[in-house]
This record gives sequence, structure tokens and C-alpha cells, in this order.
Amino acid sequence: MIKKAMREAYGLKLVELGQKNQTIVVLDADLSGSTKTNLFQKQFPDRHFNMGIAECNMLLFASGMSIAGKTVFASSFAMFAAGRAWEIVRNTIAHDKLNVKIVATHAGISVGEDGGSHQANEDIAIMRAIPNMRVLCPADAYETGQIIEYASETEGPFYIRLTRDSSPVFLEERKTVFNPEKALVLEEGKEICIISTGLMTYTALMVQELLKSKNIFASVIHLSSIKPLDEKTLLQSVQKAKLVVVCEEHSIIGGLGSAVAECLSEKSPKKITRIGIPDVFGQSGKSDELFDYYGININKIVEKIEKIF
Amino acid sequence: MDRNGLEKQCLEVRRLIVKSVYEAGSGHPGGSLSGVELLTTLFENFLKFDPKNPKSDSRDYFILSKGHCAPLLYSIMAFKGYFPVEELKTLRKLGSRLQGHPDALKLPGIEVSTGSLGQGFGVAAGIALSLKIDKKVNKVYALLGDGELQEGTVWETAMAASHFKLDNFCAVIDSNKFQIDGSVETVMGVEPIKQKFESFGWECVQINGHDLKQVDEAYQAFLSHKSGKPFLIVADTLKGKGVSFMENTEKFHGKAPSPEEFEKAMIELGEKAL
Repeated sequence: MIKKAMREAYGLKLVELGQKNQTIVVLDADLSGSTKTNLFQKQFPDRHFNMGIAECNMLLFASGMSIAGKTVFASSFAMFAAGRAWEIVRNTIAHDKLNVKIVATHAGISVGEDGGSHQANEDIAIMRAIPNMRVLCPADAYETGQIIEYASETEGPFYIRLTRDSSPVFLEERKTVFNPEKALVLEEGKEICIISTGLMTYTALMVQELLKSKNIFASVIHLSSIKPLDEKTLLQSVQKAKLVVVCEEHSIIGGLGSAVAECLSEKSPKKITRIGIPDVFGQSGKSDELFDYYGININKIVEKIEKIF
Repeated sequence: MDRNGLEKQCLEVRRLIVKSVYEAGSGHPGGSLSGVELLTTLFENFLKFDPKNPKSDSRDYFILSKGHCAPLLYSIMAFKGYFPVEELKTLRKLGSRLQGHPDALKLPGIEVSTGSLGQGFGVAAGIALSLKIDKKVNKVYALLGDGELQEGTVWETAMAASHFKLDNFCAVIDSNKFQIDGSVETVMGVEPIKQKFESFGWECVQINGHDLKQVDEAYQAFLSHKSGKPFLIVADTLKGKGVSFMENTEKFHGKAPSPEEFEKAMIELGEKAL
């Protein structure tokens, strides 16, 4: 299967959209080579602004430019775009429903070797808590393109979470269409319902296959939109399941696992297990080593499911 | 508006500030009173706007970065016809469009919600950048406090505004020398403001912010400057200006007057209490 980084798809989609939509401007904070907004910069140097290492100011300028009529994409690593600039996102961008799309790359522990200071495992939690904010987390490069296009056409603030590594482009052959109100039911199976987001959805499919070989049948639901949450599909999908497993490359506190638990505990209580980063800071290592260490790779997840199912 | 008219208008704005904060029972009179000449002159003689069409493409943009001084902005907006003067009585009350800090979603004419210090300044610079790349002639003005300069993003913005040569941007510092915890110099000194901004690449003038002639000349200087730099007016002002017991103290930074104080203030401002 072809592998591609979501951020690569983001940069390419920006170039495509920039040709069609003259109101698009792109801001970056000295990471344009990593976030891939440099692809847009090469094509449209007059509409790309490098704000230097100043993420808060980048999002303030982004706000101002949106007020003056621009469709603004602003990028940095998730740690800084969401973490450092949170209060600006909250009080200015989200409060005033500004047309600013925060596209944060290098989220989660898959950043790897850079270590704990750069591994944003809390960004979904803190962005999800802000009113008016939409939080989207694509599964692969194919869906990233669709999500970026959707955001460019939809007025208002977005937080779009991308990862660093190349990852399998598996949704393309399924010809999925992104719809924030419609979660993707990728596999159907009665006993277990696996709900996942981001690059963990591919892992979830692998988990489902491995379980199937052991005669355990699971469904796989991909929720790229963590907020708004498609509660309808969620509730339908878990109806017959004896166990709900939520997978994400994010802290087990406040992310998709929490969003699902909040919904189900009120509307359809189920036994839930959250697969994610435990309540600790990350560390340096290769991303596959870290996925193993924190128990979020295929084998570790299957092990855990078998133990509790 | 001529000098005589402006003087009368400023006095009237001061009365409305004190009245609205008194009615609300809370709010920020000190920093509102210090900025009266700066903002009244801007709205009367320089800023292009249309209260009936607040989103007009030809408008200039004004942003109150020191958002806690909303009573100052609201009083002037009421005069200019954005809403009835009567509505000032709803300040800070449930359901009001006149929130404790300006709310762009609630009140037409507010460009961006402010209150979290430093942010309005950066947003204003972003507007200026957008106008500049579109080769538009609209101007952008922002009013900041001197205490506000302690926020780190102010300096990120100052650096970027200079980097992008935002000569369509005029920031005004209402330097009233006090913040909520005490004098700015004792809490966290920010002087010399003018030299700091100059070293960041700004064109700066320093004036007495209560002298209408100097205020007028400073805005004229902004409109005629050809330096290619963002423009800063450092205005030395008196916190609480116009009400003797509110002057030169942090006591009325964020506190409404008592009934007795209100009575006294209104007499000083040449009007009997309500």
C-alpha cells in the first residue's frame, strides 16, 4: 500500500486551492518546510507569511487577516499551535467564529525522536473544550485532502490535526467521502466496536483482521470529526457490541476516548476501554518503538482486548 | 469638529463613562477617562466609519486593545449613532450587547472581541497586513494601555508590524501610568516606551494625551508620514482624568464609584447626578 504523510497532502492541497481561491492566505511560524506550507509559498509567495517563531502572534495576525476578508490557514506543530497559543484560539478565533483554519502537524507521539517536549498528546482535549471549534483528525493523506478542501469552503474556525510520518493511504481505494456529520463505518462486526481517529484507524483495521482470525468479530468506525461528533452513527454502531474500544494517538484524558465515553455513558452505557497514551509525558524513540512502549500498536491492542473481552 | 466642540464632547463622554459604570456597579472608569481625548478626536475627526453600515469596505478599522475600557468606546459609539445613548444603562447586565469587554458578535461596530490584553494589537496588525497586500487605503488604529505592554505578544506584534512595513497602522498608547496592582513602574516598568518601539522599527511621536491640539497633530502626522514604518503615538495621560479622586491612582482602575462618589464626580463634571 502507498504511504504518504498527511502534511504532504496538506501542502499539495493548499497549492490546488490557492489557484481557485484568491482569498486564501497561509501563515507559518518558521516551520514551513516541516508543515509543508512551503509548497504554497513557492507557488504564491505574496500570499504566504512566515511569522517567525511566534505562534501566538501568528494566530493574532491570522485573526486580523480573516476579519479583513481572507480565508486563513495557519500552521505550526500541534504543541505550539494548540498548546502555546490556546488562549488566543479561545478568546479571539473561536469566540468570534473567525475564518481561521489551524492546521497543526506533528501531533502525537509519532513525532518520535524529538521527545516529550514536542509530542502533543493533549491537543484534542484542549481544542475540543472550546465552543465553536471544530476538531478534525484525518486517517490518511487521502482524507486530509478532502478535509482541507472542506475547511476552505466552510466559514469559521477549524483545528485540523495531522501527523508527521508517512502512513498508509488506505481510504482512497474505499473511495470514502468526508462528511463531518457522518462517521465512516469501515467494517461491521457484532461483538466488539472499535472506534478510532487519525492514523490509529489503519491500526484499528489491522486489529479487526487479527481478531477475526481468532474468531472475534469487530466493527471499525472512523471518526475524523471529533467535534462535532456523529452521535447517531456512534449509538447505532455500539448497539449490539459487548465491548467498545476507542483508539487514538492522544492522551486517554480528554480526546476521542473521552468524547465517546461522555456520549455513551449518558445515552447507551457500555463497557469501554480507551487505547491511547497514558497520563504521562512522552520520550524520545522511534515512533514504532513508542507505539509499542505505550501499548498502542496492533499486537498490544489485540492483547489488551483479548484480556478484557 | 473644532476644538470647542471637541472639548464639550469630551466632557460629555466623561459623564457617560462615569454614569454607565455607576449604573453597572462595576467596570473600569480610570483607564476609560484617561483615553477620552485620544478616542473622541479619532472618532470625530479622523476615523472613517458608517454606523449604519459598520462592515463597509471603505471603513477604517478601530480596535480597542485595552478592552476593559469598553465604557469609553461605548460612550463614543452611542454618540456616533451605533446605538441609543439610553442603552448605555444596560452595560454589563444580563442579555446586554454592551458586554464588560467588547464583543464583536453582539455589538455591530466592534471589529473583534477584546479584553485579553495584547490580542487586539496583534489582530489590528493582521488587518493592516491584509489591507496592505490588497493595496487598499483604509487605515487601522488600535488603542493600548501602558500596562498592556507587559504582555509578550505585544512585542511579537511590534516586531512583525515593522517587518511587514505596516505604515497603514497607527497604535496609540494611553500611557496613564497605572495598572490594577499599582503604578506601572512599580509593578513592571515599561519605559522608555517610545525608544523601545523606535528600536523595533516604528515611527513614534510622544504627546500630552489630553491636549487636543497635540492629539490632532499626532493623527495628522500618522496620515502624512512617509517613513514606510508602522506609527506609534505615545500619549502621556492621567488615569481617571476629570474626576479628582479617580486621578493618578489605581483605586479606580476596576471599580465603580459609590453613590456619594458618583454624586461628587458628576458635580465635578458639571452635571447634577441623575
